[in-house]
Amino acid sequence: METIPDTSGYMIAGYAISFLTMGIYAASMYIRHINLKRDLETLESLEKETKKKK
Amino acid sequence: MQTKPIALTILDVVSIIVLGISTYLALVFAPTEAVMGDVQRVFYFHIGTAWVGLLGFVIAAVAGIAYLITKDMRWDRFEVAAVEVSTVFFFITIVLGSIWARPAWNTWWTWDPRLTTAAVTELIYIAYFMLRQGLEDPEKRARFGAVYTLLGGLSAPITFMVIRLFRTIHPVVIGNASAEAQGGFSMTTDMRTAFFFALFAFTVVFIDMIWHRLRLGALEEKVEQLKLNVSL
Repeated sequence: METIPDTSGYMIAGYAISFLTMGIYAASMYIRHINLKRDLETLESLEKETKKKK
Repeated sequence: MQTKPIALTILDVVSIIVLGISTYLALVFAPTEAVMGDVQRVFYFHIGTAWVGLLGFVIAAVAGIAYLITKDMRWDRFEVAAVEVSTVFFFITIVLGSIWARPAWNTWWTWDPRLTTAAVTELIYIAYFMLRQGLEDPEKRARFGAVYTLLGGLSAPITFMVIRLFRTIHPVVIGNASAEAQGGFSMTTDMRTAFFFALFAFTVVFIDMIWHRLRLGALEEKVEQLKLNVSL
């Protein structure tokens, strides 16, 4: 009877890379969102100041 | 400041749950394939990510057409979201395919028609972002993006059909495989359950990520507009 080859290492690597990639992408979206929010706040206060000066 | 809709929070939770169930079905529920062993289990995520990857590229092409007709910037935002999310998923598809190929074909990579068209498709969309960044005028950028995704979108059906039309060693899951195909297998009922659930799970995760990317796009647009106002 033939034995099933042990290829579990490849499987673990595959799933690890899949979750890691999705995790990195989700984190990148979160970081970009935080940075944009900060930029938005700064720009809004700058715009207010500019309007006051005018 | 835009607040996160409750429906999106629910979709986040549902995405995590279905992805968890899909992982369980792939790793535990589905039986071990007799010839390849456990590495065959990457097939479920390989197909799931390929499905949403190619779907997103087609959606981006449709969004491109919609932008060219309406000139509505919301279509441009949708196009960018679809391309970005799909590029990430399609990257996973290619990596998983390569990992599977090592024990199945005894090589990490070969210039087979399917692998070549998949690599070209991924490169087309990586180039999309690089080229978009070079354009400052939002309207010009959107017009360029629309035409680019319209032409790039052709690569999705080509990648899908290539294993059904040409001699290739890549196995075919649905339909007839080429005589040279290596590593094919017939699915049991439990394998089919894991397979179809993976397609469903990745569709849910894809929608969730698109929604998040759309919100990010809206914020980017707002910041860009404010930057213009302040500099004037």
